[in-house]
Amino acid sequence: MDTVLEASQLGKRYAKQWALRECSLRLPAGRIAALVGPNGAGKSTLLHMAVGLLRPDAGSIRIFGQDPHDNTAVLAGIGFVAQDTPLYGDFTAKELITAGSKINRRWDSELVRQRLAQVGIPLGKAVGKLSGGQRAQVALALALAKRPRLLLLDEPAASLDPLARKEFLQSLMGSVAESGTSVLLSSHLLADLERVCDYVIVLNSGRVRLADAVDDLIGEHKRLVGPRHPGTPVAGVRSVVRASHTDRQSTLLVRTAGEIDDPNWTVHDVTLEDVVLAHLTEAEVDVDAMEVAA
Amino acid sequence: MGLLSPGDQLPKVRDVAQSLAINPNTVLKAYRELEIEGLAEGRPGVGTFIRQGVARASMPNRAQLREDLMAWLKRAQDDGLTRDDIRALVETTMRAGFKQG
Repeated sequence: MDTVLEASQLGKRYAKQWALRECSLRLPAGRIAALVGPNGAGKSTLLHMAVGLLRPDAGSIRIFGQDPHDNTAVLAGIGFVAQDTPLYGDFTAKELITAGSKINRRWDSELVRQRLAQVGIPLGKAVGKLSGGQRAQVALALALAKRPRLLLLDEPAASLDPLARKEFLQSLMGSVAESGTSVLLSSHLLADLERVCDYVIVLNSGRVRLADAVDDLIGEHKRLVGPRHPGTPVAGVRSVVRASHTDRQSTLLVRTAGEIDDPNWTVHDVTLEDVVLAHLTEAEVDVDAMEVAA
Repeated sequence: MGLLSPGDQLPKVRDVAQSLAINPNTVLKAYRELEIEGLAEGRPGVGTFIRQGVARASMPNRAQLREDLMAWLKRAQDDGLTRDDIRALVETTMRAGFKQG
């Protein structure tokens, strides 16, 4: 399968602090991938390296098999909407469309006009005077005008109210269905992601904790509830991601390697949110353990 | 999406993805499952169409099963089981039963 983005041992350092470290992942084409993690996890840093705005301090990042830095062939194929959807506030949507057509090789002005008409956004009003939701729609429409092979969105819906967020995701899903663009969007709104994304990358403290197809993740992870567990291996369990215990009972979130037949355990399905949260807290445990060891 | 009858066209993947704000691959997968179950058929370049209704072939004996179940439910209630008791009993029995089968 085609790969749109590939990072290998990628690292970025600000002063002495590593914002991203030993990050290796591969994003297959045709996916809508979520980049998840708490603030400061390295999400924006990864996206900025993907569009060549930052250069790696270690390892490499490749988009469509090439280094994106200063590479117009690659950049022409990427649509990028940075955090808080920055646009020139004094420009009208119409002026932004014209500007885009002058500075891009491939540009579909008609597509932007259609999309904005669909969601009822006036072309003649300064975009600084539009609502947050409308500005996000303008930024998305402009990013899609390049007809990109890869669309990168940094927290596109974080600052929107629930209705505007839904409208934004509707526009996004509609245009992805039409264009087949691969998407990588960073977010900490876990609830939206299960509907929207089919691939998930979990970052925490600058490291990749998880990168997999959502169907596989949900299929392989289970929640087991049973009598207090002494820590012995359970048949069919590949790894315990998170365990919590009361006096008599244990709840384990596990990654399975087949059917779990042990009658002691009740097996429950999990949501994507459960899986992501479990892997984020697992990471915290690791960090604590390392600090203790040091 | 509303009710559909045999011969009706399913809405376009793009329209479903957009109106529900869900991943288009999910919609495609759902349509493919309908095709595998024989409920819908895809006509290349045109769309996906309903072939047959959901509840036909298996309905007659289902009515009998339902009747048996109603009788069982009544007995359970007469024995003093609450709604939650019944649900728990059904679930544990199903787990045990499906494991054997």
